[in-house]
Amino acid sequence: MAEYRPPLRDIEFVLDHLVDLDELTQFDEYKHTDPDTMKGVLGEYARFVAEQIAPLNRIGDLQGSVHDPATNSVTTPEGFVAAYRRYVEAGWGAVPFDPNYGGGGFPWLMGIAMQELISSANLSFSMCPLLTQGAIDLLVHHGSEEQKEVYVRKMITGEWTGTMNLTEPQAGSDVGAVHTRAVKQEDGTYRITGTKIFITYGEHDLAENIVHLVLARTPDAPPGTKGISCFIVPKFLVNDDGSLGDRNDVQCVSIEHKMGIKASPTCVMSYGDNGGAVGYLIGEENQGMRYMFTMMNNARLSVGLEGLAIAERAYQDALEYAQERKQGRAIGAPPGEQSPIIEHPDVRRMLMTMKAYIEAMRAIIYMQAESIDFSLYHPDPEIREHRKFLVDLLTPIAKAWCTDTGIEVTSLAVQVYGGMGYIEESGVPQHYRDARITAIYEGTNGIQAIDLVGRKLPMQGGDVVTDFLAMIAMLDPALLRGGEDLVSIRSNLADALTTLADTTNWIMTHGTEDPRDALAGATPYLRMFSLVTAGWLMAKSALAAKRLLESGKGDEALLQSKIATARFFCEQILPQVQGLVAPVTAGADDLYAFGPELFSH
Amino acid sequence: MNIVVCVKQIPDPAEPGSLDPGTKTLKRATKLILDESDSYGVEMALQLADAAGGGEVTLVSMAPNNEVSGLRTALAMGAAKAILISDPALAGSDALGTAKVLAAAIKRVEGADLILTATESSDGYTGTVPEQLAELLDLPSVTFAKHIEVSDGVVKVQRQTEAGYDDVECPLPAVVSVTAGVVEPRYPSFKGIMAAKSKPVDQLTIADLGIDPSQVGWAGAGQEIVSVEQAPARESGEIFEDDGTGAEKIVAFLENLKVI
Repeated sequence: MAEYRPPLRDIEFVLDHLVDLDELTQFDEYKHTDPDTMKGVLGEYARFVAEQIAPLNRIGDLQGSVHDPATNSVTTPEGFVAAYRRYVEAGWGAVPFDPNYGGGGFPWLMGIAMQELISSANLSFSMCPLLTQGAIDLLVHHGSEEQKEVYVRKMITGEWTGTMNLTEPQAGSDVGAVHTRAVKQEDGTYRITGTKIFITYGEHDLAENIVHLVLARTPDAPPGTKGISCFIVPKFLVNDDGSLGDRNDVQCVSIEHKMGIKASPTCVMSYGDNGGAVGYLIGEENQGMRYMFTMMNNARLSVGLEGLAIAERAYQDALEYAQERKQGRAIGAPPGEQSPIIEHPDVRRMLMTMKAYIEAMRAIIYMQAESIDFSLYHPDPEIREHRKFLVDLLTPIAKAWCTDTGIEVTSLAVQVYGGMGYIEESGVPQHYRDARITAIYEGTNGIQAIDLVGRKLPMQGGDVVTDFLAMIAMLDPALLRGGEDLVSIRSNLADALTTLADTTNWIMTHGTEDPRDALAGATPYLRMFSLVTAGWLMAKSALAAKRLLESGKGDEALLQSKIATARFFCEQILPQVQGLVAPVTAGADDLYAFGPELFSH
Repeated sequence: MNIVVCVKQIPDPAEPGSLDPGTKTLKRATKLILDESDSYGVEMALQLADAAGGGEVTLVSMAPNNEVSGLRTALAMGAAKAILISDPALAGSDALGTAKVLAAAIKRVEGADLILTATESSDGYTGTVPEQLAELLDLPSVTFAKHIEVSDGVVKVQRQTEAGYDDVECPLPAVVSVTAGVVEPRYPSFKGIMAAKSKPVDQLTIADLGIDPSQVGWAGAGQEIVSVEQAPARESGEIFEDDGTGAEKIVAFLENLKVI
């Protein structure tokens, strides 16, 4: 198992050539930042996470977080408390947040780059700051001024952490089915009763207070998602002077035994066993789902990022192993010597596939983060709107494709290790197990595909997706000018784009005729859409590298490898698009050819 | 108390380095980082200034191409300001040339009570600059400090030895080299990094310091790198079969190495 080496050169390549940091740091809100400062902060943060957080990844998996039923407390693995204290002392959690509440006011893109590093270093650990970030995001948008002063400040420093309480046993993907009750009191507060499951870092020993954001129903609420309200339920009530007061009526009654991310406590939370937990309404009653949606793009991007991050970590391990492990004699190697397995074509194929996927994922995620910043603060309202549509359209792509691909890459890492890859001591199985959840939580990847087909394609009467496909086509003249090196990239991208455009027409036409046909093909369609998006960004990456080479700037070896990796992706992975046409356009008939009772025959 | 810390900015040891075949020296055209062995001196200086209830920590560094990345790390840790000497004429400087430049820069820092250095850099490893610096500045030199205390104009040092440590003291100002690993260097905080952006870095050339170009760089170097060779590949170890006399064989082997 290799030590984690932050891939700063690859990240900086994306920051310098695939997104526009210069323009971003000209926005009024980001004027106090500049590309050099961002890279400086990233460099120091990289060192911190590599030295302090990454070494805890394995021990976190071995020990896991532990629940004590006598006290309902949760103890995190050895080293987590000290590492989290250092994280808070350094103020890392504050970087991308509102300076009015103690944040650093840096672009979301900066926050995403930092998140890549900590998620690669230790996915389980990273989920505590991540959940806190989601809760901050919701409170900053919808909390009252007083709520922001009392809670957000402490959460931005990291002294208090946050959780999101949506899921209940009968309300998973269908959030509208929540039962947890909230009853208003004379003093304006609410009493919350109910059980929540799958609550990440619902209880732990890293911080002195935990701010739970809880979805619940008031007694007269309308049914379904229109009757859900959102409440702040702190573990410890906060006194008027900001100090901690009484313990609230909320307990972690158990934690789950999971396949992966074992150090991240996944809690069953019980509210109101002793008369009702004190809750404070966020915004207005029955608006809870709307508030959740404002943070959903960011949260889903962050989970997509986890796919990238864990793939990167697994790739580093696999690469080191492939360079050290000697087996067999590669063709052309001197007789009598065993060759490092990286010299064998099939191992090369695996490593190249991993590398290409990782670069494509990073491009998608960072471009999405850039679009979030543009959609918030670009001075031109038309560009803001355009970027907001782009974020909406590509959120299911970033979430689902990057997590599916993250799982595939971690599986390849296991394969590169051969038999040792199946042995826990090698450390590689952990990546595979840890990665598996990312396709499930924050909206399963099936839900993402439905979101793409059902909600995103119809946006603006189909104009958003049409504009996006036109934007991809607009790269073609530049690729043509790129010369010989980019010929196959250009032709493969053009072919794949044509297929995607035709298939998109099919989906949109048949979706209105029989939604079941469109939904049946949604998952392969999402994959097709993602491959083309990835191919487009790989082509942009190759083009940028080509231009730099021509101008004699930059590290020649790095730039050549960017072009070669993009060519591999476009020649050997992107053509999968053609094979996806059949499952996308097959319709639902085959899937429903017989009833559920015949599946056992 | 005002403390000067000499810091070197070096190519990242995590990246594979390479030698320039023409000059037979390490290529330093890449981004440079703070030498880890200097981070202990910076931490020690910050702790001493804190313990003294005030005073400034000033960094002095010599590097090509006006490189400041490593200095920014030390400024983000808490140093107040920096002097950077960067001059094409300095390429090829040997240890004494380097010491001359650092000494000239340190003389510009008013009221320096203590000068800290590492014992050696992690890229050049000559390990002689601290003593040369003390000689040039005409100050006492204490080496291999594992603990430093300052009171009433006297510096008390626990000087690390092979067997343990010596208690050494001398009057201030003095040059003290700090052993790697004796304190835990703090990580720069986010606020520290942002504050470091506006901390002054005084960028000087050798002309600013009044140094004659013939005294430094290739011209002034009293040494020449004649040739460079690959380190020999590690040879396979000696294997003893344990036929009942394994223990004696191991003892004999270790005695032969003069380690027992």
